[in-house]
Amino acid sequence: MADKIFRVNMTDLSTSIEDVPADWAGHGGRGLTSTIVAAEVPPTSHPLGPNNKLIFAPGLLSGTAAANSGRISAGAKSPLTGTIKESNSGGTSAQKLAKMGCKALIIEGQPQDDSWYSLSLTPDGVTISKEEELIGKGNFAVVESVEKRFSDKIGILSIGQGGEMLMSAANISVKDPDSHVRSLGRGGLGAVMGSKKIKFIALDAGDAKVEISDMDAFKAANKTFTKALVDHPVSQALGTYGTNVLVNIINEAGGLPTKNFTAGQFEGHEQISGETMHDLIVERGGKPKHGCHKGCVIQCSQIYNDLKGNYKTSGIEYESIWAMGADCTVDNLDQIAEMDHILDDIGIDTIETAVAFGVAMEGGVLDFGDSNEMIRIMKEEIAKGTALGRVIGNGAGSVGRTYGVTRVPVVKNQAIPAYDPRAIKGIGITYATSTQGADHTMGYTIATEILGVGGSADPLSKEGMVELSRGLQIATAAIDSTGMCLFIAFAALDDETCLPALVDMLNARFGINLTADDVTNLGMSILKTEHAFNIAAGFTNLDDRLPEFFETEPVPPHNAVWDFSGEEIDTFWNF
Amino acid sequence: MQVQVKLFAFFREGRFIKEDKELPTDTTAGQVIDDLNIDREEVGVLMLNSRHCKFDTVLQEGDIYAIFPVIGGG
Repeated sequence: MADKIFRVNMTDLSTSIEDVPADWAGHGGRGLTSTIVAAEVPPTSHPLGPNNKLIFAPGLLSGTAAANSGRISAGAKSPLTGTIKESNSGGTSAQKLAKMGCKALIIEGQPQDDSWYSLSLTPDGVTISKEEELIGKGNFAVVESVEKRFSDKIGILSIGQGGEMLMSAANISVKDPDSHVRSLGRGGLGAVMGSKKIKFIALDAGDAKVEISDMDAFKAANKTFTKALVDHPVSQALGTYGTNVLVNIINEAGGLPTKNFTAGQFEGHEQISGETMHDLIVERGGKPKHGCHKGCVIQCSQIYNDLKGNYKTSGIEYESIWAMGADCTVDNLDQIAEMDHILDDIGIDTIETAVAFGVAMEGGVLDFGDSNEMIRIMKEEIAKGTALGRVIGNGAGSVGRTYGVTRVPVVKNQAIPAYDPRAIKGIGITYATSTQGADHTMGYTIATEILGVGGSADPLSKEGMVELSRGLQIATAAIDSTGMCLFIAFAALDDETCLPALVDMLNARFGINLTADDVTNLGMSILKTEHAFNIAAGFTNLDDRLPEFFETEPVPPHNAVWDFSGEEIDTFWNF
Repeated sequence: MQVQVKLFAFFREGRFIKEDKELPTDTTAGQVIDDLNIDREEVGVLMLNSRHCKFDTVLQEGDIYAIFPVIGGG
């Protein structure tokens, strides 16, 4: 059975199943969501209005046995940035969508009344139902209740109170194999889902399976690919310490943004580090190693238990720990885990929200380091939608404007994550030029600048950084289309068998003859499609800039400033 | 001369987190690694006073020297 496009119109509550247009056929994941948004969403439309569309797409290899292929992409025009947006996540939903033959789910229109709805997808199509019981509930209650209604085998995409209240930091939760959640985190896509009045989407693939054109070739390529991943030492460290292994090394390099980006090193780094977290997890009977989807061989996720040995949170990332930790000067991992859990339940992005807290601390709303007050504000203000809660839930830029703070670390209104661009300059080019606002995952130059993976580059020098970011942004756009976790990139950069095996799997899955050059060209064309949407939405090269304070405030210990000229940054788009 | 040596991730197992070491002058970054019985193949990143360095970098009095295995994240 050929893959189909599932379409839902929330204005007239109709659904349809359509053939895949020829020029969408070679796309998956990010390439497909961005292609559909560019084709069908007017660039000047309001992100929360009826003309925006919310697209979900599994990657090209999702639903197959390919290792680490369980990423789902969501796309729309972002209410946070006003740009095109693709956010991706692990969890079980990509595999469910791919197995039911859904190449993309397009949700358009907007209900005319105040009713809430849910969607249920099977291989036969989409059912729209009115929803009352779960409105106002957090994601964990939604997952528990929806599993009881359907089965614990299904995939679930849901929003919490943040998405219902259309907050710009709202994310979309994706159920993981243990009925906890991962997040389509950045850019406020939960608010777009809320604007369509959809509380959750249940995905039941039944016994359906993905068809493979050449199974023998596919198995052989997957074996080579899996070996490259498993053998790479970064994969092994990720399985032991999680992504939080980065706290200490980024701190050592002087690039760990601290106290709302006023320093590059945090005194409490050891207390919130991956090494400390690993020991706490083991001591309390949690799991240091855990996969966010079936088929992951890296297993960077973990189960973090509280002092009594009860489950507290899972999949807690370096960027979340940095944001709630160093950026807000909180040095207590249990408080950070508690906040991670609360933000997952409310359904708002941990990076955006915690950076917003850092700006609020600078604005005098609460004291730096006051994690008890952060927790109170999350539960009593954000989850309940008070005025303060909405100011913070709309992100770092919103807090800066409201309280007159000038040190607001955002690009295109999206919070800058866990690497200071003054001390690690290549990542600053990624923040500035990314089609989606500040986002480290768009072109992870840290690998080369700090970690020595895929070569090396001096993080305090400008030399070669535009080219480094460009190459990685092109490769990332392609990887984000395959359904592969971005962490395959460490092996791909160092092991020459890895990428050819990935291309071989694509060819065996679809019976095609792609080359490595085709994959690079795919990445380029995705970036250009996204960039063209942004230009049509009113963005110019002057939006590809970092906030002024990075140029005027040296960050210790290196006392470095951001010193790229606008002309230098603009050469990024010369391809 | 005195140099502060810091270890990270699994390099800490059976060793230490941070130690002030008395070293002969002209000691190189690589010699410290060999003395700690760390396999150079397992080393990912070396930093001297928060800047990347190499095995043949010569250490100086008062340096802070950090040794990391191959790690990654993001």
